[in-house]
Amino acid sequence: MAASNRWSSLFLSAVLFSSAQTLSATTDIIDSDMNFRSQESVQPIAREASASTADHSKYEILEGPFNNGPEVTRACLSCHTEAGKHFMKSIHWTWEYTHPTTGQKLGKKSIVNNFCTNARGNEGMCAQCHAGYGWKDDSFDFTNQNNIDCLVCHDRTGDYYKTPPTKGNKACSIMFEGKKPIYLVKVAQNIGLPGRENCGGCHFYGGGGDGVKHGDLDSSLKQPSKELDVHMDAKGLNFSCTKCHVSNKHLWAGSRYSVIAKDTKGTGQPGIRRDVATCESCHGLSPHPGETLAGIKLNQHVERVACQTCHIPTIARGGVATKTDWDWRTAGKTIDGEGYKEKAYTQGNGEHRATYKSIKGSFKYGENLVPHYAWFDGQMIYTTIDTEFDPDSGPVEINRFNGSAADDKSRIWPFKRMHTVQPYDKGNNTLVYMHLWGDDDDAYWGNYDFGNAIRVGMEKNGIAYSGEFDFVDTYSHWPITHMVAPKEDALSCDECHAKQSRLKNIEGVYIPGRDSSRWLDIIGLLAIAGTLFGVVGHGAVRILNRKGGQS
Amino acid sequence: MNRRRVLLFSRFERFWHWSQMVLIFLLLLSGFNIHGFYHVLDFRGAVEWHTMAAIALGVLWIFAIFWHLTTGTWRHYVPTTRGLWQVARYYAYGIFKGERHPYHKAYWRKHNPLQALTYLALKLLLFPAIWISGLAYLFAGFWNGAGESLMWVALVHTAAAFAIAVFIIAHIYLLTAGHSFVQHVMPMIDGFDEVDLTPEEEAYLEQDVPNQIK
Repeated sequence: MAASNRWSSLFLSAVLFSSAQTLSATTDIIDSDMNFRSQESVQPIAREASASTADHSKYEILEGPFNNGPEVTRACLSCHTEAGKHFMKSIHWTWEYTHPTTGQKLGKKSIVNNFCTNARGNEGMCAQCHAGYGWKDDSFDFTNQNNIDCLVCHDRTGDYYKTPPTKGNKACSIMFEGKKPIYLVKVAQNIGLPGRENCGGCHFYGGGGDGVKHGDLDSSLKQPSKELDVHMDAKGLNFSCTKCHVSNKHLWAGSRYSVIAKDTKGTGQPGIRRDVATCESCHGLSPHPGETLAGIKLNQHVERVACQTCHIPTIARGGVATKTDWDWRTAGKTIDGEGYKEKAYTQGNGEHRATYKSIKGSFKYGENLVPHYAWFDGQMIYTTIDTEFDPDSGPVEINRFNGSAADDKSRIWPFKRMHTVQPYDKGNNTLVYMHLWGDDDDAYWGNYDFGNAIRVGMEKNGIAYSGEFDFVDTYSHWPITHMVAPKEDALSCDECHAKQSRLKNIEGVYIPGRDSSRWLDIIGLLAIAGTLFGVVGHGAVRILNRKGGQS
Repeated sequence: MNRRRVLLFSRFERFWHWSQMVLIFLLLLSGFNIHGFYHVLDFRGAVEWHTMAAIALGVLWIFAIFWHLTTGTWRHYVPTTRGLWQVARYYAYGIFKGERHPYHKAYWRKHNPLQALTYLALKLLLFPAIWISGLAYLFAGFWNGAGESLMWVALVHTAAAFAIAVFIIAHIYLLTAGHSFVQHVMPMIDGFDEVDLTPEEEAYLEQDVPNQIK
């Protein structure tokens, strides 16, 4: 495949797509779905030289032997005495988040999304991305520090992986068989600050596969080119995630439940900004060169337009597709009683993606996608399991947000918008928890019966269920902030300041080039045409009269 | 009364006129490009040309206003009804009959009454409208005019631009009225035009500034 600057242009995506198709003919079919961090290809990503004053390979306690993860954790905590207490407050441990302004109880422990719909009750599968050991069900002890999995984030060998806490139905568990054993001593002696592959092991695969959920987070960011991400550029700045997602006592900056949609503090005093992941905390509030006219204008845009809007021209542009559409209604088809997959989408890097899975339904994908743009005040409001909605009043917004031109704290932000048709409780007009994972007769994955899966999913979480389900259209919105392009690839003014504007749906603001008064234009052009016509007529009459006079 | 060729348009006035012409054309062309009527330049290029031309015109205007005030030439634009009707009648009727232009320039009245009135309206209404709206537009970022309020600024600015375009068409056409086009344009090139002089004016010019009278 051609030069790395191919990502720089929207127009090249078509070329890229066709070259990828040719390539796929000679490549073995790789299933990049649902393999999560057990992918074999994980290599530790170079980080900046460690400034640590300790060499962990020299500690006696890390010589083992270790029979299991918790034994390693005990060894870690014997020196890092406060780390356990700190970590237990982190969302990576609690999976709980109480929204500071709306008070809504969010986090994976409770929310319903429009991908696999609910982690709650399916911890046997989903908690493979919980930074702990053995969360199978409600009996998990959240107060036991030894249950913390330090290695999943701090492993620097690339050999460490997690599999689902329980086996599940054989339709699924087959995916996690035949993995190489983990040498815990080697891993424990080679720990360090997290690299992109550590965070990416879960965050690149959210929603059930590579790039599925976010659109701006996928495995292409493990070793990205400069064109794909100017900050994470493997041959350049090579930022780790924590370069921006700064932490304090194992709490990270950069929540997408409560986003800082407009940072008004900028860089602050030297060294004090360790609390936010905003662009402004490094680049300041006037990031464009102030000595040029364009720079001054762009600096004024910062007031109302998020940096991401111009500096992330498209999403899913690293050769990994993101899911844009999911239809649960078609799920459950079998061949000879067995579930199956159809892989009709080939993404930029040549891998094939499932367009149908018996366990999930039908999917559509997108690459090099132009995001959805909207005013955003940073605060996400969720349709939670107990939120009633009217299924006839258009798609249900899994998460919605406020924001407007009139609100000083809002800016125009880019989003990935996910559309799904998913089950809901027809009697109560609420979303549902489904029992998807389990080696039993009710789990949807393996039995393919929505009725049973919903009934059990609701029952085991103590949620009232009317007994009747149907399907409803839903949207979810994912604020876009990664895959920042080099400045040469930022959007040109014409992308927004034109009749065919990317911001054609943005209201409450007059955008020169996009907006005009139709009537004023008609009157103005008529006045010009009328004047031209008038002078031509006036002149013609003069010439005719002169000739007439001469004769 | 003697009709003589007199230096009516000083070097600065001619420089002002022609550089203003170039800048206004640049402003109109780049302005309607920004407006989206055509895409000869990209948006950024059009905004840069438009702004630079506006700044240049602003500087020119500061000098021009100073010049009008210090030289007293502002008095050419004081409106008068004397001869107004005759000129209007001429453009509407007499011009078709091949009549001669009824107005003759005087040393302190180089525009005909209709022309003076038009320029005055241009200077007092249209130009302030385009300047005030233009500056508000340019500095929208400083008064937080990104919302709907910018729409009104843009409407005024666009309307004024249309009016100026209309003025320019009429202005150029009227160069063909009365004398020939070249005869109309020449004074703005070499500065000399035929003027009815009083004996006192003639004597003054010949005595004190002989190079300004032919």
